[in-house]
Amino acid sequence: MAADASAPRLVERIPRPSLISSIGLGFVALLVIWLIKNFTVSPSSFIQVSLIGLTTGCLYALVALGYTLVYGILELINFANGDVFMLGGMFAITYSTHFFNLHPGQGPVIVPILIVTLVMVMVSCGLINATIERVAYRPLRGAPRLAPLITAIGASFIIEDIGLIFWGPNYVPAPSVFPTSSVFNVGGVNFTWNMLIVFLFTIPVLLILLFLVQRTRQGKAMRATAQDMDASAMMGIDVNRTISFTFVLAGGLAGAAGFLYAFYVTAVRFDQGFQLGLIAFTAAVLGGIGNLPGAVLGAVLIGLIQAWNEGLPWHAPGSDWTESIVFSILILILVFRPEGLLGERTPEGG
Amino acid sequence: MTEAAATAQAGVGHPGDEIGLRNRLRARWQGLPETHRAAISIGAIIVASLLLFFIDHALAFGLLTIGAVYWIFRLPPLPYRLAAEGALVLVFLIAGPRSLAALLAIGFALSWVPPKRRDYTYAAAALLLTVFYPFYADKMFTVPVFGVWPDVATGVYMLVFIMMAVGLNIVVGYAGLLDLGYVAFYAVGAYTAAWFASEQFAHTTWHFGAVGIDPTLPGVHVTIWLLLPLAGIVAALSGIAIGLPTLRLRGDYLAIVTLGFGEILPQIARNGDSLFGFNLTNGPNGITPLDSPGFGHTISNATGGFLPANYLACCSAKVLGHTIQYTDVYFWTAVLLLIFTVFCSLRLQYSRIGRAWIAIREDETAAAAMGIPLMRTKTWAYASGAFFGGIAGAYYGVYKSSTFPGDFFFNISVFILCMVILGGMGNVWGVMVGAAFLAYLNQEGLANTGAWLNSNIHVAGWRPNIDVPLYASGIYGVILIAVMLFRPEGLIPSRRRAAEFHEGVHDQPLYDIQHDEAHYDPQGAEL
Repeated sequence: MAADASAPRLVERIPRPSLISSIGLGFVALLVIWLIKNFTVSPSSFIQVSLIGLTTGCLYALVALGYTLVYGILELINFANGDVFMLGGMFAITYSTHFFNLHPGQGPVIVPILIVTLVMVMVSCGLINATIERVAYRPLRGAPRLAPLITAIGASFIIEDIGLIFWGPNYVPAPSVFPTSSVFNVGGVNFTWNMLIVFLFTIPVLLILLFLVQRTRQGKAMRATAQDMDASAMMGIDVNRTISFTFVLAGGLAGAAGFLYAFYVTAVRFDQGFQLGLIAFTAAVLGGIGNLPGAVLGAVLIGLIQAWNEGLPWHAPGSDWTESIVFSILILILVFRPEGLLGERTPEGG
Repeated sequence: MTEAAATAQAGVGHPGDEIGLRNRLRARWQGLPETHRAAISIGAIIVASLLLFFIDHALAFGLLTIGAVYWIFRLPPLPYRLAAEGALVLVFLIAGPRSLAALLAIGFALSWVPPKRRDYTYAAAALLLTVFYPFYADKMFTVPVFGVWPDVATGVYMLVFIMMAVGLNIVVGYAGLLDLGYVAFYAVGAYTAAWFASEQFAHTTWHFGAVGIDPTLPGVHVTIWLLLPLAGIVAALSGIAIGLPTLRLRGDYLAIVTLGFGEILPQIARNGDSLFGFNLTNGPNGITPLDSPGFGHTISNATGGFLPANYLACCSAKVLGHTIQYTDVYFWTAVLLLIFTVFCSLRLQYSRIGRAWIAIREDETAAAAMGIPLMRTKTWAYASGAFFGGIAGAYYGVYKSSTFPGDFFFNISVFILCMVILGGMGNVWGVMVGAAFLAYLNQEGLANTGAWLNSNIHVAGWRPNIDVPLYASGIYGVILIAVMLFRPEGLIPSRRRAAEFHEGVHDQPLYDIQHDEAHYDPQGAEL
């Protein structure tokens, strides 16, 4: 029965388009037409906006990976991940300015300071995320599915309040140490250094993460735990430690994203994490939750869509509608292709 | 007896180990039915604290609290227990005596009622106390820490939120679907009321039964009594519209999609001042003022002024030494609406569809196998939950005489969810208690507690200066986590829900039954 049902699915699947998928394709076609029209109206601003979108997408990717890692292993939406991202930004600002007295115009000493800060931020955020898991999720592993979701929301609110208590209700300014001079400027397209830094940072991190998950022993344990917790426990994998490690990883990524965000945007506020977390979660779903390259792809797409929406000249809805558009994408994806762009369709994986 | 009770409660059972007086006592104690044990221990604690009351107030409160903590949390691990007890003892060491004595007296009086009639007695007593609340609200004593009792305006707020919580309970408690966007239905209800009972659409003038309103006023004016059900129906329809594409999804996806809707709708409200050039929602300025409810002069005169012609222009009658104000009338109307909601909710619970909801909550696969149509049943849960949310939203909008997009934050959704969870998912009475308490906290309690903290605590010259209401969401977060960890079934649970949380359920969703191409195949899952 099992083989009969799934084997042909892999081989001879060029399905006739159902009504639902044709509607979905219609949406995509409309989007493409809109983009082409915009490109013809003003190519340079289209490329400029797309570059900004790619940069934002990289930031989203780091957070989205956190969601996808945790979801892959526990099937739990760690709502607090976005808020850990926010804490990462706050930590980055506080560590660098308080401990190392970071300020613009310091010369090359900025680089080691930033690296040390980054490591500290990643470690702190990883530990915080693992603590959240230990306190709020681990005791509920056998409980109904509702329970850990509810504690996840609670944890998210608590972290947000921690941000509020320690950093106040206003924007916390970060020293603008990333240079904003342009790397190249071709035909009105201005690619600045701070964008490049985000790319230069994100891409190696993604590669390291992929290596970690796919090539190392710990990564193997993670994948095994994700597949079947009981079986991997029987095979001698310390499930609790693996899960904690996943949370540390996710928190570290969120912390790194917060670090980059703080110095890229140069301001963080306590309630920015939740919103961004939701967007990143959407990205993870778009790419296919539980799928690492999918999360990156989804994040880049969401970043692009957001930038297009906010920056394109021809009939763009504008930043007032960003959240609506992102959540509409989430809903559309879940309706039309619940397994995401790169995900596989499994009974659980929808 | 107290000591025996305490020992037995604290001790872990050693069934075979019955040598010695203490062990035999313990075995005997554990042989009693649980209800007896609970009754005896609570009784013992109350008697002890009453005795102590005349000797040492603080100690009495401490004991009472410990009893409550034992009963509510049933905390076995020592560090948690000590921490909880220590904290509560500390709180009550500083507390004043009279209020708790009164509560105790009430509890005692109620405990004399035979158990069979007790449910009705509680309900009737609560209803009586609520209905007459405006008459004695300003004469109540001051509660330690929490300060004065809530005023009638807060009472309206509490009632509205209790209504919403009871509505959400249908979705979360009965059907077990996590809805993180309940605020959307609140918004839909409020805006429905605002559109049809204000000057928002000033280019037309249409009056329909809007008594007590100047008939030359531009805009659409429909009587509130028609608008409340209309708002409910519109909210229910939007619930169906949200549910149809999303209820197919598994629980956590459903949560995030409802969250998405809960973010989209307020944003539409915020940006709705020029939707393709049409001013639908008046944007961030909101729609204000709304018409006030009323019965018109004809009915008012026919009932001798008992039913007011217009709520806002209402009443200077003096009844029982209390001058009736317009908030009181709003309060009683809210009580009526709440009674309606609770009645419907209770009737739904054991109806055919209510039982179907419970079945789906406990085991979707089995429910589907028994012929319950999953989609339709879940959609009905959504629609009914939304219906009451819509009514409550509309009524609250009318009461405040305004709707602003800023009223519909995600926090409100979680706030209502928090009420349901704290009170006890699935149990209407529990949800009502939880909702009343949290709504009070939100409106007055946190501010009062904060003021008390800031003025009463000083440690070596240090005084806190905490703006407690600012941290409300964090406090709700703590409540959510604490309840889920220590008493997942809520403070006053339904017995069935408690069993589910302690014994576990098969809530792995039966996925995608509508799609022939990817039919459910447990063995093929991992391929």
